[in-house]
Amino acid sequence: MSPDAAAPPPPIPAGLTRPQLHELYYYMRLTRSLEERLVNLYRQTKVIGGLFRSLGQEADSVGSAYALDRSKGDILSPLIRNLGSMLVQGATPIEVLRQYMAKATSPTRGRELNIHFNDLERGFLGQISHLGDMVPVMAGVALSFKMRGEPRVGMVYVGDGAMSTGAFHEGINLAAVQKLPLVIIAENNGYAYSTPMHKQTAVKQLVEKAAGYGVAGAQADGNDVLATYEVTRAAVDRARAGEGVTLVELLTYRRRGHAEHDNQSYVTQDEMAAWEAKDPIDRYHRRLTEAGWASEDELAAIDARIAAELDAAVDQVEPEPMPEALSALDGVMDTPARAPMEWYRRLHG
Amino acid sequence: MAEVTYLEAIHQGILEEMARDERVFVLGQDVGAFGGAFKVTQGLQARFGEPRVIDTPIAETAIVGVAAGAAHMGLRPVAEMQFIDFISCAYSILTNYVATARYRADLLTPMVVRGPSGGYVRGGPFHSQNPEAAFLHTPGLKIVCPATARDAKGLIKSAIRDDDPVLYFEHKYLYRRIKEDLPEDEEILTQIGQARVAREGKDVTVITWSALVWKALEAADQLEREDGLSVEVLDLRTLLPMDLPAIVRSVKKTNRVLVVHEDTATGGVGGEIIARINEECFEWLDAPARRVAAHDVPLPFAPPLEDFVLPQTGDIVRAVRWLAAY
Repeated sequence: MSPDAAAPPPPIPAGLTRPQLHELYYYMRLTRSLEERLVNLYRQTKVIGGLFRSLGQEADSVGSAYALDRSKGDILSPLIRNLGSMLVQGATPIEVLRQYMAKATSPTRGRELNIHFNDLERGFLGQISHLGDMVPVMAGVALSFKMRGEPRVGMVYVGDGAMSTGAFHEGINLAAVQKLPLVIIAENNGYAYSTPMHKQTAVKQLVEKAAGYGVAGAQADGNDVLATYEVTRAAVDRARAGEGVTLVELLTYRRRGHAEHDNQSYVTQDEMAAWEAKDPIDRYHRRLTEAGWASEDELAAIDARIAAELDAAVDQVEPEPMPEALSALDGVMDTPARAPMEWYRRLHG
Repeated sequence: MAEVTYLEAIHQGILEEMARDERVFVLGQDVGAFGGAFKVTQGLQARFGEPRVIDTPIAETAIVGVAAGAAHMGLRPVAEMQFIDFISCAYSILTNYVATARYRADLLTPMVVRGPSGGYVRGGPFHSQNPEAAFLHTPGLKIVCPATARDAKGLIKSAIRDDDPVLYFEHKYLYRRIKEDLPEDEEILTQIGQARVAREGKDVTVITWSALVWKALEAADQLEREDGLSVEVLDLRTLLPMDLPAIVRSVKKTNRVLVVHEDTATGGVGGEIIARINEECFEWLDAPARRVAAHDVPLPFAPPLEDFVLPQTGDIVRAVRWLAAY
């Protein structure tokens, strides 16, 4: 159904503008399309190592990251399924392709995988694989904002799995006590690898944990990008105003395995079908066009722009070389420790 | 000149760096108004304010993680472990996150983790540890272990100024037992990565660090007196990066070498030092390189047990005699 041409579109929620609504669509679609390209490259064995999808979770990544203010220097730390959050903060498809394909030109020069890379200027701090560790680290980033009196906000992503770790507990607790400007996004996507949430925690909703730390809690439909934005934005505003930590639970669902090798044998078809019907991009597309906030043509133009961008990015990155083997030895510390293996390397010229 | 204890020297070093550089701050358990379990940070909160001397929950992972995040942003945190035994609670974040940051991500993490180490104080298994071997294995961390008041001050100041994460293991047995005249008008900075010849000698080299430097010196005195042996004592001061040239120099001079450390023998730092000697100057040795270290047990509490398990001056004397006679 299209709106009556004469009737004005309904007011845009959450103080957003029409171009911003289109930008949200752009980032969600870019996330999905980039991952689809990566799947193709993975099947051609051009992606080295595992491939982690965020299919069905694009709205929670994009909507939450969009609530930060890059012009103020806000910084986030994503998890493996927050490619969308990285893109919102200015990470580029070229960088992500280089990372996944282990190129010498990658932001980590081939030292780290996938979206494990960072740029504090643009506002993202890459995670490590040890879940929970980024909570205290981002508390430290937020502490630096507070100590310097800067009106900046930190955001860190955890999931139903990461919230079981000791590092999460220690980090949120310290951040709460210090009333740091930190927003903790609890992405509830139902599974940590194959483990369902009821085997991860006895609480019914992750947001219940907020009370145990004396922090504010909020919850939103993570498959609704506008609801996600609105709820996260309120948490960001609280943090910026000096009111401390908020734990924001975003309800979503992981529609691919932990990584591409995982066939999700532990998931029922009914459960999957129910969440496919709630696809965040389809929903948003419908909402934009039905409300008259975007036309089909405008959205098709965004899709085409993304396809062209990704074509160019893949063409550029594919032929780039992997790093030279000897470059593996640089940069452990400022003055390299004398390598104990030096005699062996001398032996081999 | 003023007589300064090893503990006061650490305190002075932190204070001077805080006064000199407003990016430096302290965090840890009971470090604020209370001044720390051993009073290393006493008075710092009164002088520099609560935001720069932060009392934390009992949460070593969070202390290290918060320090790392703040360090990425250009601050220079000095994190205290109330006893260094509890650094193992933060082992994962230190080795996986902090130590790898520069290498994997070009992220600078200029932070210090310091705390009271070591035995000889009847502290039992959880207040006496020497954790250096656990971290020696991890690329990306620097490890310093001062033996003198001068180096305690010089190394904490250098550690705070260093752009890499530094583990600063201070020895609690030395806190109030070691005193030294330190100049008040001279800035003391001990370069990280440089060993110190604590005593010149020509017959046998004893390589050691931290509290055992003093037992090695005692042993050297006794051996000179009773045996006419000339023992060189090399105080490593820094374990990572290790001053291999200083080790090789001394071994080539004396041709006999004993490594002495307080931590347990198996998997200890001594094994690494001897492996390097083997690689670099095997043909200069006139005797097998030997080590004296703690017996491989958790450190027991009762005085006869602790004294037996930890290396004593007599153990060093016997080992040097064996090497000299070989």
